[in-house]
Amino acid sequence: MTRYLIRRLLQALLLLAAVSVLLFALMQAAPGDYLSEQRLAGHMSPEAMQALRAKYGLDQTFAVRYFRWIASLSHGELGYSVSYNEPALQLLLPRVRNTLLLTLPALLISWFIGVPLGVLAASRRGGWLDRIFAAGNGFLLALPDVLLCLIALLIALKTQRFPAGGMSSPDLSDAAATVRMKDLIWHLWLPVAVLVIGALAPIMLHVRSSVAEVMDSTYFRAAEGHGLRPFTLLFRHALPAAANPLISLFGLSIAFLLSTSLVVEVILSWPGLGPMLLEAVMARDVFVVLGSVVFSTLFLVAGNFFADVLLYVFDPRIRVQS
Amino acid sequence: MRASSKLQWAAGFLVVLHVVVIFAGFIAPYNYRSQDRLHPFAPPTRVHLADCSGKMHLRPFVYGLKDSDQGFGNYVEDCSQPLPLRFFVQGDEYSLLGMFHPTLHLFGVDAPAQVNVLGSDGFGRDQFSRLLYGGQVSLFAGLLAALLALSGALVVGSISGLYGGFTDDALMRLAEIAVAVPSFYLLLAVRSLLPLRTGPVVAFLLVVCIIGFLSWARPARLVRGVVLSGRERNFVLAARGFGASRSYLLRRHLMPMTFPVMITQMVVLVPQFILAEVLLSFLGLGISEPFPSWGNMLAYAQQYHILISYSWMLAPGLVLLPVILAYHVLADALQEKLQLTA
Repeated sequence: MTRYLIRRLLQALLLLAAVSVLLFALMQAAPGDYLSEQRLAGHMSPEAMQALRAKYGLDQTFAVRYFRWIASLSHGELGYSVSYNEPALQLLLPRVRNTLLLTLPALLISWFIGVPLGVLAASRRGGWLDRIFAAGNGFLLALPDVLLCLIALLIALKTQRFPAGGMSSPDLSDAAATVRMKDLIWHLWLPVAVLVIGALAPIMLHVRSSVAEVMDSTYFRAAEGHGLRPFTLLFRHALPAAANPLISLFGLSIAFLLSTSLVVEVILSWPGLGPMLLEAVMARDVFVVLGSVVFSTLFLVAGNFFADVLLYVFDPRIRVQS
Repeated sequence: MRASSKLQWAAGFLVVLHVVVIFAGFIAPYNYRSQDRLHPFAPPTRVHLADCSGKMHLRPFVYGLKDSDQGFGNYVEDCSQPLPLRFFVQGDEYSLLGMFHPTLHLFGVDAPAQVNVLGSDGFGRDQFSRLLYGGQVSLFAGLLAALLALSGALVVGSISGLYGGFTDDALMRLAEIAVAVPSFYLLLAVRSLLPLRTGPVVAFLLVVCIIGFLSWARPARLVRGVVLSGRERNFVLAARGFGASRSYLLRRHLMPMTFPVMITQMVVLVPQFILAEVLLSFLGLGISEPFPSWGNMLAYAQQYHILISYSWMLAPGLVLLPVILAYHVLADALQEKLQLTA
């Protein structure tokens, strides 16, 4: 158990480290930085520029800068945002929390809806329900995230039932915790719904195809012949046997949700990583860009690691192997 | 049989769409930048057969717009002068295939009126015309980026599969790293390294190159798999035994084997890349005004008042739906067909 998990954890950390080195190298290789953009404004002398360069350590070698960057994590910095004049980590952490607040419920809800619907579609293979689901999934897969977000925004604006963006009402900063909680959930509704709709189709399709595969197997037919109830048959016998590829998909669906959530956050003005990254890209705020991408990679790697753990728990074959 | 008819429909639709978009100048009644500042956000023009007094006309016609008494931006039709819809009319000069500069348009109306099939935007630019010109950017950005990504994948994948050993390990670890970063975050990070304010052509090439260069990893793994298994096929081993060089093996035997994978990957990647371009331009990091892309056209719909009042501004988003659907149907049908032949 522990050996398998430790090996996976080390692999994940190694991958994260490699990503961070390559991203850092990429950012350093690019011509221009925050200061050279400022030069265009034309109010800074070359000497002042040189002094700032030395101050920010922009005149050091690559290795030194990379290790300084990583080391600054120990005192909670992860580089420095030049446009906010603040340590990057301080800026990123609340944004990371907000993004998780959005994506984690969406992840859970989409799986809670997607798995039963997928099993249902598999159990009615070729029937009208299956065909309706297939058509609906085809439509959802072709629906661009941007359009979905704009439609959600349009609904919010037209009905006035949902807040059109943001994550809290303006006049609640010193209200009771329960009131603020309610307000947060009310604001979460729409963006989470958009994320769930966006993530649902691939989940349903995969659940359907892997459960359908199990249903063709001989042992399943035997269980069917024993006259088990369809519910037990599907959820007790078919789903666990079909779970293996689905658990890997669970890890992947985090990546999928992250890309969608970037759009959702920007359009529905949810103060998560997405808008921060966009702003930092516009301002060439290197460390914030770097930090956002590293954090998004962290989510993805963590998701895959979590999937590995789940796989270990659910699949005896892997336990035997290690 | 069903798969092939699906394939024909989807492919036919996409081919027609691309041809329409290439001939945007002829089919669009206006230029993408010609403005009618007196009539911002003109609603889709209604084509009449009966005039205001109820009299029927043989030729379809339109009315010009005049401001209603509710103030600027609210229009009523100016009933005094019906202007017939004409076909093959002279209008703005446009560039066709970069060589010809004709002025003939498929349809149009005479001067005071405008025919805006899908309404007009805040500068009074015809939304339908801009949609067609924008398709030139969005559709072809996806296509070119996919070509770029696949040629990268072909090179990396075949080197990796053919040479094996350390080269293979190094390349595949690199691919693993490239896949580990959520793609759109990586896209934005790389975009931040490149100049933000550029001309339309440079911006287009930048977008295509970024999307293409960052997406080689997944198809490269597939190509590597095909090359790896192909290397052990008997006829390849025979050719090797006769002393065929590596480049010959690659050219004559292995690359043709990757062809089915390349085709299906192409069809899978193009819609993803179309969306990536749309998203970049939507966020203001892709093609910039005045040249239209479906992304930067859709960006206007982010503003609340535009989204509420002028629903036709969502058209560039809606047009994506059938395009992506067609690509998905095509991908499914191709995969089905290839499985049948395999």
